[in-house]
Amino acid sequence: MALLEVKDLQVYYGVIQALKGISFEVNEGEIVTLIGANGAGKTTTMQTVIGLIPSKGGSIVYEGTDITKFPSHKIVGMGMSQVPEGRRIFQELTVYDNLMLGAYLEKDANVIKERIENCFEQFPILQERRSQIAGTLSGGEQQMLAMSRALMANPKLLMLDEPSMGLSPLLVSQVFDIIKDMNKKGITILLVEQNAEKALAIADRAYVLANGEITHQGTGAELAGSEEIKKAYLGG
Amino acid sequence: MVVAIDGLSLGAIYALIALGYTMVYGIAKMLNFAHGDVIMVGAYMIYTMCTLTWTTGGLPIWAGALIAFVVAVVVCTVLGMTIEKVAYKPLRGASPLAALITAIGVSYLLQGLAQLIWGADQKTLAILDKLGNLHAGSYTIKWSSIITLVVGAIIMVCLTLFVKKTRTGRAMLAVSEDKGAAQMMGINVNKIVSVTFAIGSGLATFAALLYLPTTAISPTLGSMPGIKAFAAAVIGGIGSIPGAMVGGVLLGVIEVVCNSIEGVASYTTAIEFAVLIIILLVRPIGLLGKKRRVKV
Ligand SMILES: Nc1ncnc2c1ncn2[C@@H]1O[C@H](COP(=O)(O)OP(=O)(O)OP(=O)(O)O)[C@@H](O)[C@H]1O
Ligand SMILES: [Mg+2]
Repeated sequence: MALLEVKDLQVYYGVIQALKGISFEVNEGEIVTLIGANGAGKTTTMQTVIGLIPSKGGSIVYEGTDITKFPSHKIVGMGMSQVPEGRRIFQELTVYDNLMLGAYLEKDANVIKERIENCFEQFPILQERRSQIAGTLSGGEQQMLAMSRALMANPKLLMLDEPSMGLSPLLVSQVFDIIKDMNKKGITILLVEQNAEKALAIADRAYVLANGEITHQGTGAELAGSEEIKKAYLGG
Repeated sequence: MVVAIDGLSLGAIYALIALGYTMVYGIAKMLNFAHGDVIMVGAYMIYTMCTLTWTTGGLPIWAGALIAFVVAVVVCTVLGMTIEKVAYKPLRGASPLAALITAIGVSYLLQGLAQLIWGADQKTLAILDKLGNLHAGSYTIKWSSIITLVVGAIIMVCLTLFVKKTRTGRAMLAVSEDKGAAQMMGINVNKIVSVTFAIGSGLATFAALLYLPTTAISPTLGSMPGIKAFAAAVIGGIGSIPGAMVGGVLLGVIEVVCNSIEGVASYTTAIEFAVLIIILLVRPIGLLGKKRRVKV
């Protein structure tokens, strides 16, 4: 059974249809990537799945439960978490507060403490900066914080929306390494990327989204090898 | 000295009210113009309950006043949450203008209801004035001013700690900065908005209690302090909690100082709003307001 199963999902902004009935699934333990040009509907898909944007048609089933009409806090409570496009860390709050907010739905103080310790172990820089206002972190540090914040929820399914955006090549590689590492630790990943080459390289399966429709799907290797995809998304 | 204490204590009242405006604005992104009228309801509740407990007897005066105050806090908190649920929540996502006009409508509704229930004639209840004056050397200071100052300071410290250190407080800051990101943390925004209205209205009741020594109770009691406190919130930077405190105290001090100077007293309100305009000209986001980064 798929962990996440999206069927014929339709989303409108006013009269403009941003998603024209897309279907895809993410199985437990997989890295699935969603690639596509600017404005294809990737962010819309991610935000609809987590309950921030209402859908007009279709269904979203998570762990066998139809969550299409669920409010976001309920969906997050079921073990889904997201690193949003543009990171959207809480710029005016400290690093520590950001992490605590990531664990908002966890009530057990000991569990939260343990997660914070794990996080600091993985990202010592965040421990160093724990009392710093997050908006003053460097871009790379902010991305680490955004990912750590999402991990503080201890998600089963982690969705990342362009986590490599605006980072130096070295940091981009680091981000992809972290994603692979999280997946090895048992977290299922749904990854949206502009950097299609790198995304396809780590993905088990991939979908191509264009103008609100899924045009291609296959394993990461299949799509990476397809001439058509190479031309359109991999720069020749 | 006396002017300073009176000014700070009036400032504390404005600050308590301004906090209600600023927190609601920060979190629900709306101007709750009915906030001042919650103070009015609080004042009437304290009045009615005091009269009731004092005349039915048996209880010492302070105990009756305490009961009255607790009842008023509960009533106002529930009132604030109800107004939000019934009048504002359905409009979330609609144009800000719709919410603003609704708020003004709620304001008149509350004033009308108060007039129906308690009548249009003024009532007075000087519970804190019963305490008299403190004589220190050559100074005579009203106890009510001192209590106002102390209570106001304690509340502001508690509120600051609450917002900074607790789970709910942190969630309020998160919603205020980025509602969508807050939702992704699993925060139930509706609940946080409701809590914010509850806190704002609770604070308004404290303001009502502390404001009573200086005013008669009438259905329009909330208008003037409401507008002044709104100005204070804007001066401090709407949406900023420390800003509301600073703005409130600043306005209170200006008001008392102006009132104490002969010839200037009749221009007090004009001077206060001139200060507002000057500050906004120099610093449009208010003293402690934050520049919002443009969202992409
Ligand atoms: N709030 C909105 N109101 C109206 N239209 C919107 C809104 N958000 C997105 N759109 C439109 O919906 C379409 C899909 O946008 P979306 O942000 O999902 O694309 P994307 O694939 O994430 O693009 P990018 O790679 O640039 O992030 C675009 O045409 C966009 O203009
Ligand atoms: Mg996007």
